[in-house]
Amino acid sequence: MSEVKKIATREAYGKALAELAATNPNVVVLDADLAKSTKTADFAKVAPDRFFDCGIAEQNMTGVAAGLAAAGKIPFASSFAVFSTGRAFEQIRNSVAYPKLNVKIAATHAGISVGEDGGSHQSIEDIALMRALPNMTVIVPADAEEARQAVLAAAEYNGPVYLRLGRLATDAVFGADYKFELGKGVLVRPGSDIVIFACGMMVGEAMKAADLLAEEGISAAVANIATIKPLDTAFIAAQAAACGAALTVEEHSIIGGLGSAVAETLAETTPVPFGRVGVEDQFGQSGSPAVLLRAYGLTAENIASRAKGVIAKKK
Amino acid sequence: MEFTTSTAFAAEMRCQIIKMLTASGSGHPGGSLSATDIIAHLYHTEMHVDPAEPQMADRDRFVLCKGHAAPALYAALALRGFFPADDLLDLRKYGSKLQGHPDMKKVPGVDMSTGSLGQGLSAACGMALAGKLNASERYVYAVCGDGEMEEGQVWEAAMFAAHYKLDKLIAFLDMNGLQIDGPTEQVMNVAPLDAKWEAFGWHVQVIDGHDHAAIAAAIAAAKAVEGQPSMIICKTVKGKGVSFMENQVGWHGVAPKPEQAEQALAEIAKEASK
Repeated sequence: MSEVKKIATREAYGKALAELAATNPNVVVLDADLAKSTKTADFAKVAPDRFFDCGIAEQNMTGVAAGLAAAGKIPFASSFAVFSTGRAFEQIRNSVAYPKLNVKIAATHAGISVGEDGGSHQSIEDIALMRALPNMTVIVPADAEEARQAVLAAAEYNGPVYLRLGRLATDAVFGADYKFELGKGVLVRPGSDIVIFACGMMVGEAMKAADLLAEEGISAAVANIATIKPLDTAFIAAQAAACGAALTVEEHSIIGGLGSAVAETLAETTPVPFGRVGVEDQFGQSGSPAVLLRAYGLTAENIASRAKGVIAKKK
Repeated sequence: MEFTTSTAFAAEMRCQIIKMLTASGSGHPGGSLSATDIIAHLYHTEMHVDPAEPQMADRDRFVLCKGHAAPALYAALALRGFFPADDLLDLRKYGSKLQGHPDMKKVPGVDMSTGSLGQGLSAACGMALAGKLNASERYVYAVCGDGEMEEGQVWEAAMFAAHYKLDKLIAFLDMNGLQIDGPTEQVMNVAPLDAKWEAFGWHVQVIDGHDHAAIAAAIAAAKAVEGQPSMIICKTVKGKGVSFMENQVGWHGVAPKPEQAEQALAEIAKEASK
């Protein structure tokens, strides 16, 4: 784990878009009056002729993106995750996913780490919504480096992609030598007693949990599942089989997200003692990100404690 | 098949619409027949498309915002040569490319998948924006329903098109005055539509949507407009061309029985021979 300053995945998104502005003339960026927050402003600065603010109208923005894609452009459409996937859900379903158009829905401010804006703005169901759509690819980068590469990979891939990005600056998980591969799970820390599957900023937290467990003589593997759809089911089954116990960790509802996806896979292929750490079927609320993450159990301490509970169920 | 006039093209479209709906046993005759003359004129006379190369980049595009009028679009595409007219009888059948609502992945010549009301105009805006980025001289045409004006997204798209001066976007409003639950003015009044579109910054014309000369003139006038998208409000008759379907809410989403189809086809043929 390389020690560099904390960077939010949304920051990496803006920088990657600016890179794409120079390298891919087909990339067009849309926003719904949140360009400074989603960081699409970084693209607008270098390619103002290919940036279009749609105003506070996410449904139309999604449809405009579909039309741009139908005419050969590669649109990235951004807003906060609540609005991108919730307000415009049926537009994504019928105008993007159903015709399999080359639209990238890049949503920031996902999860409770949005903080003070409160529950109305903290998306805890977006992975579930996007994962349920045929033709949709769902990516949740763990850190800035992975986010940057995932954005570039999304631009190369021909088809609908949902990119889930965060507001909060977080620790780096990967160094510059990391190579993101769409659809691949990555073992970021080997272990033998339990495997922790995590996504987004929870990968870093899971690594800290593994450190805590190691102090107690427990060997926890940590796997980064950045692509939640298509899910790397072979990798997940193999890691679970090797450790004989599995835990998922996500900054999302335990209903419908990474935890559900992994549970479905393991129930069908590799039943092992299993647990899910995430937001437990409730909305978020106002508070500082740190306070909220603690209150909702999204901390290394809670992950370690839950891991021990799962290990205890091993026969 | 060659058609010397768009009126003749429209008459054959109406026959094909009745035949395919009768064969499928379900579908939407009323709104297909009200939009027929607009779509006929576009595909017969106006649009730069190539049936041999449906994906040709340099083409005019069409978005059927009121996707339930798919039979009208399918008939136009078949008569224009995008696929054999015999295929029309597979409408709505399992395995057919002719889905209940247009699917761009399946049907050659369909530029956008539609069916969920309110979404098509946004996609048309995106296509027109792409054209603008490419400095293309091609047009994007769209046909909306008047009931569809009740969808909020339509007005988001209206703002967007005017804001970005999408003057290669020419939309038609098939104003037949009826929706599933009854007359539009009773279900949810959308009037005054001309004033609304003008207020949203569009160039607006109001014409008889069954008068091919008026449709041609309105398109020419729309093309002369710079810096504004165009809305051509077409006064139409739901079920146009079939006496027992005209202005009948009940014919929104019901297919004719074979004996009804026979009468409908006779009426359409009689009108065409005038």
